[in-house]
Amino acid sequence: MPEETIVKDPFKTEEYMINMGPQHPATHGVLRLLLTIDGEIIKKVEPDLGFIHRSIEKMCERDSYQQIVHLTDRMDYLSSHINNEAVCLAVENALELEVPDRVKVIRTIIGELTRIASHTLWWGVIGMDLGALTTYFYGFRDRELINDIFEETCGARLTMNYNIPGGLMFDIHPNFVQRTKDFVKHFKTKLPEYDQLLTGNVIFQKRMKGVGLLTKEDAISFGTSGPVARASGVASDIRKIHPYSALDRVEFNEVLFTEGDSFARYRVRIQEMWESLSIIEQLIDNIPDGDYKVPTKAVIKLPKGEFYQRVETARGELGVYINSDGKKNPYRVKFRSPGFSNLSALNHMAVGSKIGDLVAMMATLDLVVPDIDR
Amino acid sequence: MTNNELQKGIEPWFSDLEFTEEGTQFLTLTVPKENLHELMQKLRNEPDMQFDYLFCETGMDWGTSLGVIYHLRSTLYGHEMVVKVHTTDRENAHIDTVCDIWRTAELHEREIHDLFGIEFTNHPNMKVLILPENWEGYPLRKDYVDEINMIIR
Repeated sequence: MPEETIVKDPFKTEEYMINMGPQHPATHGVLRLLLTIDGEIIKKVEPDLGFIHRSIEKMCERDSYQQIVHLTDRMDYLSSHINNEAVCLAVENALELEVPDRVKVIRTIIGELTRIASHTLWWGVIGMDLGALTTYFYGFRDRELINDIFEETCGARLTMNYNIPGGLMFDIHPNFVQRTKDFVKHFKTKLPEYDQLLTGNVIFQKRMKGVGLLTKEDAISFGTSGPVARASGVASDIRKIHPYSALDRVEFNEVLFTEGDSFARYRVRIQEMWESLSIIEQLIDNIPDGDYKVPTKAVIKLPKGEFYQRVETARGELGVYINSDGKKNPYRVKFRSPGFSNLSALNHMAVGSKIGDLVAMMATLDLVVPDIDR
Repeated sequence: MTNNELQKGIEPWFSDLEFTEEGTQFLTLTVPKENLHELMQKLRNEPDMQFDYLFCETGMDWGTSLGVIYHLRSTLYGHEMVVKVHTTDRENAHIDTVCDIWRTAELHEREIHDLFGIEFTNHPNMKVLILPENWEGYPLRKDYVDEINMIIR
């Protein structure tokens, strides 16, 4: 054998780049990640966004405040009711409009139902991402019941548009209370099943524990919020820091873990579903009587100034920044979306781990791409 | 700290700081862009300030000037404030990056760069994030015109 053809170091590897997405089953939407890898070890993750950027912020500048509400449920479509609520609260606070108690309670109940619906979908999908297809059907089975309640309430199952500035679009359906109670009763028997099926599974735990570590300092520096931050021990629940609607009159625990790995993020969401059930139970029997909206002017004009309103969606802190110059359209609207900030931590979490673990990290970040792109 | 205490604490740092509180729930501070980075570093690191959480970074077009609005919170003390910075140079807008102080700013500043055309000095990766690479103009600026895709009312 001639000397030149002998490979000096047969284990020498080189870095190269591959695309993950935009069409990839684990990205749940059109998110493109540019991975720099050495063998199977990730050296760098660079997100490339904008495949479904609709420039909602620009569209808001030409729309009236009632119309803006309808754009927001196209951001994080799994938290559509809570997104709507954020804009409505911002407008109501700017107008110093006090909505009836009935509205506040209904908004909170449906908000928590939305959170459970989002988390059940996430739970179904995380199992599927890691190779356990059964969870997908269990998650969707229970989410379907919530969607049915929504459909009966306002006609829509996903993009609800149930909130309007000043209250709700319609009153709740006569069946609402009973169906919600039935769901709570049903889901309380199903949630332990989730634990039996997935949480205790050894393979699942091995793929989650110690994967995608995010320390408390990093979680703060990367601006993470929601379950991602709380799994790293950052008390960031807006429902506790700045309670809105009826959340100041209910008791619930802010779920905190300190491990900061994927399994902690998983457990935060499971625990949060229990807390949401508890919030619904506290409110569902005491929906006050009264109007379901207060009249607003046909053309809403906010006073001159800047208004910032935040709410806790299923993914974390959604901020709505409205800069008004006193006209019927806002001068500038900015949505601080939880997914965008959470995504900024992905590169830091993924460097040094394997591609398969990246799927687990993305699943526990719970990315919704329209929320990131806006 | 209350807004008043914050203001008293920050005022001596630089000579030309401008505080406003009208029409917003936060203490708002406008800073000349030359002092931005130093001020932010102090807000982050001073023991009684500790603004460690940049929860919102907004690009802004005020017509005559471009700028950025930073919403800051301290997870330790719970106090919050807003910092604003302007630049009047619309053709060649430059503002110092803060992504060495809060790492979340890296993505936010790339988004602002795409949509407002503000270059962030010392940013490690000032590439196009959202728009296609051959896109012309900055869509969120007020003077942006796109006759095909925009509905003007």
